[in-house]
Amino acid sequence: MALMRNRDMVERYFRRGALPTTWCPGCGLGTATGAMVRAIDQLGLDADKVVIVTGIGCSGQVYTLLNFDGFHGTHGRALAAATGIKFANPELTVIAPMGDGDCAAIGGNHFIQAARRNMDITAIIMANQAYGMTGGQYSPLTPMGSFTSTSPYGHIEPPFDMCALAIAAGATYVARGTVYHTQELVRLIARGIAHRGFSVIEVLAPCPVQFGRRNAMATPVDMFRQLQRATVSVREAELHPEAIGGRAVRGVLREVEGPEFTAEYEALIRRAKGDTHG
Amino acid sequence: MTTMVLSGNEACVEGALRSGVRFFAGYPITPSSEIAEEMARRLPALGGKFIQMEDELASMAAVVGASLAGLKAMTATSGPGFSLMQENIGMAVMLEAPCVVVNVQRAGPSTGWATWPAQGDVMAARWGTHGDHPAIVLTPWSVKESFELTVRAVNLAERLRTPVILLSDAIIGRLREKVDLPPSVPVVDRPRPAMAPDHYRPYAGGPDGVPPMADFGTGYRWYATTTTHNERGYPVGVDAAAAEGLLKRLHSKIHDHQDEVVLTEGRWLEDSEVVVVAYGSVARSALAAVKQARSRGLKAGLLRLVTLWPFPSQLISQVAQRIRGLLVAEMNMGQMVEKVREASCGASEVWSVARFNGQYLMPEQILDKLEEVRRAWR
Ligand code: SF4
Repeated sequence: MALMRNRDMVERYFRRGALPTTWCPGCGLGTATGAMVRAIDQLGLDADKVVIVTGIGCSGQVYTLLNFDGFHGTHGRALAAATGIKFANPELTVIAPMGDGDCAAIGGNHFIQAARRNMDITAIIMANQAYGMTGGQYSPLTPMGSFTSTSPYGHIEPPFDMCALAIAAGATYVARGTVYHTQELVRLIARGIAHRGFSVIEVLAPCPVQFGRRNAMATPVDMFRQLQRATVSVREAELHPEAIGGRAVRGVLREVEGPEFTAEYEALIRRAKGDTHG
Repeated sequence: MTTMVLSGNEACVEGALRSGVRFFAGYPITPSSEIAEEMARRLPALGGKFIQMEDELASMAAVVGASLAGLKAMTATSGPGFSLMQENIGMAVMLEAPCVVVNVQRAGPSTGWATWPAQGDVMAARWGTHGDHPAIVLTPWSVKESFELTVRAVNLAERLRTPVILLSDAIIGRLREKVDLPPSVPVVDRPRPAMAPDHYRPYAGGPDGVPPMADFGTGYRWYATTTTHNERGYPVGVDAAAAEGLLKRLHSKIHDHQDEVVLTEGRWLEDSEVVVVAYGSVARSALAAVKQARSRGLKAGLLRLVTLWPFPSQLISQVAQRIRGLLVAEMNMGQMVEKVREASCGASEVWSVARFNGQYLMPEQILDKLEEVRRAWR
């Protein structure tokens, strides 16, 4: 399917006066946000029923651009708030774009519990491997050996594999995409939103300003090349597993049916009311 | 009227359900867990939602989320959990998300003494979350009042779009008393927008400072943001006037409604030389002590604080001007006594009787202190 043109997207889904964004030139967050909006458009969702729940940090700005109900709360708590919103009104489509610091560090427990609970929420991890807004400190996704403002001698901790973590915790839809592979990314996000259950899409989104320039990828072009080099599609990985060689696998990594929390609770309500036909 | 024997915690659930609470998120902690258990049992049959979250940070965040989605929402906890909730109590203040937080106090600090009562959280209830923020804190002295004040807390939260804290304690929460429950209670719903979505300004206060609140998903497409925001809900950027306006409105919407918020009860205030100031479970001992003191010819009175915050400074100052001494009785190392001293502003002496070893402050101890005051005045 052809992607919606930028102009149409902005006209239909962006708040008037929202652009330009406050993001740095070459930042991956704009493309990631565009992919999310295009996915919403492709699914033909009722925009009145979409709620965007963000955390804190560069990705926390996403809500200010869009013409949907938006929630911007405390650092790390996006999924906990999203749980309250979705549970209170299961008719809503709740999408939570978060940074990797937000989701994997301060919000890590909320993330694994939300994955286990399998409430129909879509978590989009905009993974830039650092804390951009606060000045480029290391995050739980920062690769070993890389340089950040708090690892000036090289980072000595291994990173999380967020998709593996999500799968282990029980998320019923898990995918990985990048802002370099945009058509694919839109498909991955749309499929995640349409999925009934907790969906996780990790989006590799470069931060040239706070991460790239400290790690020999000073320009956005360098960083996009890196996304191209360092990832491999799920199909290729299946055909040539021996050739993956430490690259991150892109595509749908898990998609299964599972008991969805709000549906289970509706059944519980019927039981509590003594409605045996329910 | 139905008569029931309930615990304070059960009465709290009864009040919440009758005033329309339909969402509860919480995390187990002594001595508040019965509230969560009762909610888990009773909410589903009412079509309400109960969830046990992974911790108190998440519980409070879920409560705020549910509130924005349109449900009356509540949580309950005790000291250590209350500390964790502070982050998102601040969020509720900033988003103006109506909700109720019950803190059944236990002896702290930290893990402390889980099953023993205390009143050590009165300052945490006022100032626990960072930044300049208003607070409404109510404290019951009986099972019946646990019911009544929960109703009041829910209604004030909705009316003023703010979190309201109900500060109970291990004694009141687990005390069982006979209560007469009224056939119905007053129910207040948050103001909702009457204007079309195009004209909606989610943080424009209107004449009484309380902006109408659209449920998420009803087409108003607004931003609920904890970032300092203007009337439209957009970050203020460099607009200092908008930032100042927001803070002033958050405070004035509470303080302009003091008459609805600040509740106190006085006994023998007109005819006293010394007035015992007490709140929560300790006020029961204080009343007994005052009665005994009067039977011994000591002109004693009782001022019971039902609302702790906003603090009834004016009333304290008026009382202080008429009498010789105020005696503040509390189960902590003397937290409210400093506020009382400040409000009395030298107009009367201020004495303190405090107990902080997990034991109930008994009438005899208050009475002994009253006798000590009498001796000092001879
Ligand atoms: S700091 Fe990095 S993540 Fe943040 S806006 Fe700039 S490039 Fe993007």
